[in-house]
Amino acid sequence: MTIIFQPSPDQPAPPTQRGVIKWLRDHFFSSVKNTILTFLGVGIILAIIPPLLDWFVLNATFVGNADECRAAGGACWSFVQAQFRLFMIGSYPQELAWRPIAAGLLLLALFIATARQLMPGKVAVVFWLLLPLPIYWLVGGGFGLESVDTSKWGGLLLTLVLSVVGILVSVPLGILLALGRRSNIKLIKGLCIALIETVRGVPLVTILFMASIMLPLFLPSGMEIGILYRVQIGIILFSSAYIAEVVRGGLQGVESGQSEAAASLGLHPWVTMLFIILPQALTKVLPPLIGRCIALLKDTSLVIVVGLLDFLGISKAASQDPEWLGFDAEAFVFCALIYWILCFGLSRYGNSLEKRGYAAYR
Amino acid sequence: MMTISHSNPQSADSRTGSQAEQPIILLDKVNKWYGDFHVLKNVDLAVRKGERIVICGPSGSGKSTLIRCVNRLEEHQGGTILVDGVELNDNTKNIGHIRREVGMCFQHFNLFPHMTILENLIFAPIWVRKMPRAEAVETAMHYLNRVNIAEQAHKYPGQLSGGQQQRVAIARSLCMAPKIMLFDEPTSALDPEMIKEVLDVMAELAEEGMTMLCVTHEMGFAKSVADRVIFMDGGEIVEQNTPTEFFDNPQVDRTQAFLSQILHN
Ligand SMILES: Nc1ncnc2c1ncn2[C@@H]1O[C@H](COP(=O)(O)OP(=O)(O)OP(=O)(O)O)[C@@H](O)[C@H]1O
Ligand SMILES: [Mg+2]
Repeated sequence: MTIIFQPSPDQPAPPTQRGVIKWLRDHFFSSVKNTILTFLGVGIILAIIPPLLDWFVLNATFVGNADECRAAGGACWSFVQAQFRLFMIGSYPQELAWRPIAAGLLLLALFIATARQLMPGKVAVVFWLLLPLPIYWLVGGGFGLESVDTSKWGGLLLTLVLSVVGILVSVPLGILLALGRRSNIKLIKGLCIALIETVRGVPLVTILFMASIMLPLFLPSGMEIGILYRVQIGIILFSSAYIAEVVRGGLQGVESGQSEAAASLGLHPWVTMLFIILPQALTKVLPPLIGRCIALLKDTSLVIVVGLLDFLGISKAASQDPEWLGFDAEAFVFCALIYWILCFGLSRYGNSLEKRGYAAYR
Repeated sequence: MMTISHSNPQSADSRTGSQAEQPIILLDKVNKWYGDFHVLKNVDLAVRKGERIVICGPSGSGKSTLIRCVNRLEEHQGGTILVDGVELNDNTKNIGHIRREVGMCFQHFNLFPHMTILENLIFAPIWVRKMPRAEAVETAMHYLNRVNIAEQAHKYPGQLSGGQQQRVAIARSLCMAPKIMLFDEPTSALDPEMIKEVLDVMAELAEEGMTMLCVTHEMGFAKSVADRVIFMDGGEIVEQNTPTEFFDNPQVDRTQAFLSQILHN
């Protein structure tokens, strides 16, 4: 005779193992030490919050001139309002401000079109690779547009141009360097290793100084590249060397079985690299890759050492305005807030990319 | 040393292969080294079209290396290998030709995890055979139906069980319409419950006349499907025979020892 197997039904967990009470106990009161720390933490928070609230909101001035601000004693947000244009575009001509805005909209449009998959992947890649050209054209002018000298670019505009173009160029360049480093051709491999290791051995500040002082010495006489372009090249070189190493790690992380399977199907090694290995490698290293992009965005603030007034630089300059003397704190708080929004946005976007696609099924 | 069964014309080995037809795979005195380590020693092997061969042997005996030499995933350093009449050497054209005609299934499936099942199947036909996409999809669905997995076409490999993944891998190879299929321990990474579904697909393939070279320890499969069983040890072919003779009447002491070990486990 056969005995029929009956699976037993699942039972709910006992009440002490569920709900808010368990969560509180686990997270805040799990031991004596933990309980003390909890009370200590609450105490510190209670001590800090009121004065901060006073400065940021209660005693702050939202409308009014510098004297009213000084009288109120709190933060002077009307200063940020008054200097807003300076923060955003530096001394870029106001009547041409639509051009950087148009460049930003172009970036946004391409981003949305890519995210919504409104065009084939290959077309999207080509557009992204070409995007730095219209950005520089719109902001800088030439070819039919009134040109704006790069010495006038400043503020958030300068920070965004340097970092967006920096990311757009250094990611593909970093991938190429990583591939070059794996090349069978000794010359290519050697050049890539030399470039990567040289750049990684030098601080960014040094590279920026070299770009501003030494690069002109190497250029043929008569040929002149503006300081902004030189700095942009320096940032791209610096960032792509690090990205190359991140990507190399990803390439090593793809199992050899993948290229073996591709080879056994008769696929060409380049096709295999481009469509089989690289997508998997990049997915694997998405978190550090986004990390490098965030680092690049923040590193652009170092251009102040060669005399460019990026967002951080302009924040300092804004509070030197005789009319608004002494509001450094507000300037830096505002500056930090914008940087934080940008970096946090990038990081959240990276997270959402990670959760999407095939990675979710591994 | 070697007995040749004349009762079964399918199982004639290379030396009696005078029956006009050229072998589709021919290994002549193949030698291979990893550094100083001699992995393959003077391996001779001729496989006729439609022949089903099972290769077994202890771990490290060079079974994987041997079949990976057939599609040049490994390079041999001595002797000659002819596949489908084409010699395997440094000529990338030859390698390309042979890889188009030889399919391979791996122990760990090696599906492309970032592509859906369907994309896995149509990728090589489109890029290598230059097949129009619609036709490639049609072919892919045909083979997915054959391995009973068509309803999973739009899932990712990571969402499938091991047995399903291995069947997809077989279908992926078949989409290239290969003349020869290589299997390297296709069931040894699978849970016992899934082994049968994969072996069934392989047996069906064998029935249709596919030339097959299988490294496997599934002795039931060897007995019912193979025309010839090859036993390797230390990089050499120690013994080869029809399955009946091989299992019931092994000639070499090494083979006997190996068989008594795996059959008593
Ligand atoms: N890339 C390599 N470099 C050096 N030695 C290797 C390499 N690949 C395999 N070997 C060695 O060659 C020998 C044969 O390996 P092979 O993988 O062909 O054995 P196998 O018969 O398939 O064994 P298994 O049943 O474990 O898969 C082993 O001793 C292995 O350690
Ligand atoms: Mg093996």
